[in-house]
Amino acid sequence: MRDLKVTPIKNGTVIDHIPTGMALKVLRVLGITGDVNSTVSVLMHVPSKQRGWKDIVKVEDRELNPKELSKIALIAPDATINIIRNYNVAEKHTVALPDRAVGILRCANPNCITNSREPVESVFLVRSKEPLRVRCQYCDRELEDVAGHIL
Amino acid sequence: MGGFTGRDVLSIADFSRKDIEVVLKAAKKMVPIARGEKANRTLEGRILSTLFFEPSTRTRLSFESAMKRLGGDVVAFGPIEASSIVKGETLADTIRMVESYSDAIVLRHPQEGAARLAAEFTERPVINAGDGAGQHPTQTLLDLFTIWDQRGGIDGAKIALVGDLRYGRTVHSLTYALCSFDVELTFVAPAGLQMPKEVAEHVRAQGIPLAVTEDLPKVVPNLDVLYITRIQKERFPDPQEYAKVAGTYRIDAEVLRGAKKSLIVLHPLPRVDEIAPEVDATPHARYFEQAFNGVPVRMALLSLIFGGAP
Ligand SMILES: [Zn+2]
Repeated sequence: MRDLKVTPIKNGTVIDHIPTGMALKVLRVLGITGDVNSTVSVLMHVPSKQRGWKDIVKVEDRELNPKELSKIALIAPDATINIIRNYNVAEKHTVALPDRAVGILRCANPNCITNSREPVESVFLVRSKEPLRVRCQYCDRELEDVAGHIL
Repeated sequence: MGGFTGRDVLSIADFSRKDIEVVLKAAKKMVPIARGEKANRTLEGRILSTLFFEPSTRTRLSFESAMKRLGGDVVAFGPIEASSIVKGETLADTIRMVESYSDAIVLRHPQEGAARLAAEFTERPVINAGDGAGQHPTQTLLDLFTIWDQRGGIDGAKIALVGDLRYGRTVHSLTYALCSFDVELTFVAPAGLQMPKEVAEHVRAQGIPLAVTEDLPKVVPNLDVLYITRIQKERFPDPQEYAKVAGTYRIDAEVLRGAKKSLIVLHPLPRVDEIAPEVDATPHARYFEQAFNGVPVRMALLSLIFGGAP
């Protein structure tokens, strides 16, 4: 195996098989904007056996919650998530797009009731996974730029 | 969807063909009561709230008339009351409050998705009377009823939707609903106001024969139903462009010359210039019946929702 130029992490999460070019979007989804207290490693354009090239993100001292996994599924549907504890892979997940994306996307329709000050989470129905097509359950509009509307 | 008792009426998409037929048949029985020829008190003791965040007098009066013809009562919140309720209040809270005054809630709201949200905050049935550019299912049901009643059925009809097909929510909902039937559709609209792509895609995916054209006179002779909607001046930056289009999409005796005898012309009203007054006296004109049908159709829905099916 080729040297990935990054040493293994002790505790944290490795997000692998991110489509190449999407690593920075993954960081944004995870709220990693620069002000961090643990090491975050970003590998872009790494050779991949499956699809030529891929990105990898390693976040130390943090395990992702299910909502974060759903958000990653929207931009990196083939990503694998390894939870590392004491240098060992303690848990392995593949992300999965749910049939309903709840509270993870903002509706692009400014006149949608979910964009008002109402006590509800947005709900998007996943109409197709490949290509990704989602529709707001409230206003019925299809969301064009999914990656740009992740909360 | 099956049973109607206690059910929300949010979107025509929630109605199967069977559901639609149940409503149409019930509406037919309501016609003499709606006309005042027969008395009926089946909804006595029931209260309906009409909560209108924007004015739509016809829709509101149609619901009020429907409820009262069946012996029920109405608590009305017009735009003024609604806005004074609302100062800083969420729709969710308003609905929780209105719930305690009535057995069912009719909601008209300027934002898309408002009715679905409202339904999540009350046990009472919510009837969507129009949410922004979104759904207006009772309008669609009354359109369907008019076609069904005037022709003795919907299957087999060659139907043209004419006018502003891009922004007109009425024609979108009607199109989706018609896909449950065995019809042939033609979309007739000026460039720039054509039916949205996803609506046309849906029609084709359902295997419904579909033609798209800008040429109204050419399609008229073939039609059983001509459904025309208003083209709004505000859609055109250039008034001359509007005048040209408005002139082209106008139904008059000349346009109807080659029409089948049985052709019916529908319009959700109010009309401006889309239909010449000379058409009113022809057997084609059915838009006044269509407007009246709002009452029996809403009576049918109310009576089904309250569990008192006729
Ligand atoms: Zn929406």
